Amino acid sequence: MYRYDEYDHRILAERVEQFRDQVGRRIAGDISEDEFKPLRLMNGLYLQLHAYMLRVAIPYGMLSSTQLRKLAYIARRFDKGYGHFTTRQNIQYHWIKLEQAPDILGELAEVEMHAIQTSGNCVRNTTADQFAGVAFDEIEDPRVWCEIVRQWSTFHPEFSFLPRKFKIAITGSPHDRAALCVHDIGLRMHRDAAGEIGFEVMVGGGQGRTPMLAETIRPFLPKQYLLSYLEAILRVYNQLGRRDNIHKARIKILVGAVGAAEFARLVEAEWQASRNEDLELPAAEFERIHAHFALPPYEALPAETPAFHAKRFENREFARWVRTNVSRHKQPGYAIVTVSLKPEGGVPGDASDRQMEAMADIAERFSFGEVRVTHEQNLVLAHVKEADLYELWRNLGFFDLAAANAGLITDIIACPGLDYCSLANARSIPVSQAIGRRFADPERQARIGELKIKISGCINACGHHHVGHIGILGVDKKGEEFYQITLGGSADETAALGDIVGPAFAYDRVVDAVDTIVDTYLGIRIEGERFLDTYRRVGLQPFKERLYGAR
Amino acid sequence: MALVKNGTLVADDEWRFVAEADEIPAEGAVVVTARRWLKERDRFAGRNAPTGIKIEAGDDIKALAADIDRFGLVAVDFPKFNDGRGYSTAHLLRERYGYKGEIRAVGRVLRDSLLYMHRCGFDAFDIVDKDPLGAWRQKLGEMSVFYQPATDDRTPARELRHPRRPLARAS
Repeated sequence: MYRYDEYDHRILAERVEQFRDQVGRRIAGDISEDEFKPLRLMNGLYLQLHAYMLRVAIPYGMLSSTQLRKLAYIARRFDKGYGHFTTRQNIQYHWIKLEQAPDILGELAEVEMHAIQTSGNCVRNTTADQFAGVAFDEIEDPRVWCEIVRQWSTFHPEFSFLPRKFKIAITGSPHDRAALCVHDIGLRMHRDAAGEIGFEVMVGGGQGRTPMLAETIRPFLPKQYLLSYLEAILRVYNQLGRRDNIHKARIKILVGAVGAAEFARLVEAEWQASRNEDLELPAAEFERIHAHFALPPYEALPAETPAFHAKRFENREFARWVRTNVSRHKQPGYAIVTVSLKPEGGVPGDASDRQMEAMADIAERFSFGEVRVTHEQNLVLAHVKEADLYELWRNLGFFDLAAANAGLITDIIACPGLDYCSLANARSIPVSQAIGRRFADPERQARIGELKIKISGCINACGHHHVGHIGILGVDKKGEEFYQITLGGSADETAALGDIVGPAFAYDRVVDAVDTIVDTYLGIRIEGERFLDTYRRVGLQPFKERLYGAR
Repeated sequence: MALVKNGTLVADDEWRFVAEADEIPAEGAVVVTARRWLKERDRFAGRNAPTGIKIEAGDDIKALAADIDRFGLVAVDFPKFNDGRGYSTAHLLRERYGYKGEIRAVGRVLRDSLLYMHRCGFDAFDIVDKDPLGAWRQKLGEMSVFYQPATDDRTPARELRHPRRPLARAS
């Protein structure tokens, strides 16, 4: 993974001192909260319901064991002993004291981490496929490009006061694990007819109160032009995006207003006019960054590992976990492991300091000291020998990290909701916990199969409810928490926005409603269908009838 | 508010900003809105004093491109601290339209914007601050390394990392 050189270190050190000065001026009363707010936000510091929240960037989800240990230390020393991994591959601490924030940033800088641009109307952390570099169907490792975008976008002088926040996601595989279609820019690497690698450029996706799927404005951009093309998109948006209404300021509104074809034309014209500006990365610098993402020194192993298969026959629980949480690796004899942060009764995405330290140790022992964060709020060990899987699984179990539910109904995305967030209308966490308990039986989960539930505590949709197979949105009705349910959303290469099934459900009825939906699906599915397949075949009607028919 | 240009305070600014409805004085350097310029540009042809324009957020600067060399100053207005349109305006003036004269940031020009403005091609700043020169010195000195090329002469990290070796002398 990428390692800092003297220049990266100096940029970060100067940034920490700058923020220390700003916090000092705020505490001394030299600047007002109004003046301080944009400064703290650019360093990831939010004021929430009970305390400050610090959002730390995990660039494209990549962590070393050393970094993860530092995150554990910060959780213990500055917070209440845990952190929350988010859908943007970041980590949030929810109980931060303002006067300690500069020290935390100093601690992070020691391990090449920061909170830069995790908030504010700028280019946020660029996210990526969590299987980058190891997916068997991958065309090119997107992390190289993510790091190029990270450096280009960090403190970009022209694009730090955009109309609204700006999120970019990149994948190098045909199968989209990075939810490209709900990003301001989604970049999908593929080959053209001549075999050259480039990007399909999608623009204008997003969730919130006006959910939209990104549209392709350029089917193929030769990869060496990425930065100049991104600048062209951002310059058009910076000039033409709406600034009169915060709810209409995202690029999706601009793309929607002028149409994707006209937006593409504007970008193309800007790009052609700026082609002489020498933005593309010098070849030597590309090579330098590329070299950081060399794959670890794998052993040459046979494609089949008999001892591993024997364990699967001996131990049903292990076999169940392998079925859901282990994915195919491009290197023979190796596997990709998804470590679920969704244990029964847990808070989706939360990890204690002890769990983080355990993961750091386990990663060192089994996966070359590297951990990844997924947008589905789980962790990934990307380089595990099949022969080690059983021992790994046993170790994960000691720390409540062996839940066998990746991709199943209890692998829920949830935002922090009204338990923490000052924007929320309703709680998300207890709803996800209640669903987790209701569907805890592993046999039942296996029978239901792939089913993604996503829960947001308000219309801002941090919990991605619009693209949940079952989406749950918390709303406030005269001071009471209600939940609107959508069906049929999807965030992969077959992206779709969910359809509202009917009137919202009260807090104490929402789990029953999910149960009814699942039951309906099990009753009408055809052999081999996942929930999403059934929904796409039959539509809302059967679910509506079962949910509301008795009324 | 005080004007800082090339790192020094300018006490006696020669430019006079003329409001939309006011008469344009016969003498002296004046700054008029871009809108007015486009409407009344012929009136300025015989004037024997420098003319500048003020570009407001949202103005289409393409319309000014043909006249750009006639301006002694281009003022770019920031209606709010976080309205970033002016950054692109300055970039385009320098890179696309080759404007070499003074580009002055006016409006909500706060200390925490100065470095980014400088990187986008501004060279004069009407700063809103108790201590404008102190703000300028602190903010321009806070960061010493930059990742991306911009409209300034700072060498980005990506080039510092790969210094060009001097050519070997032929023997």
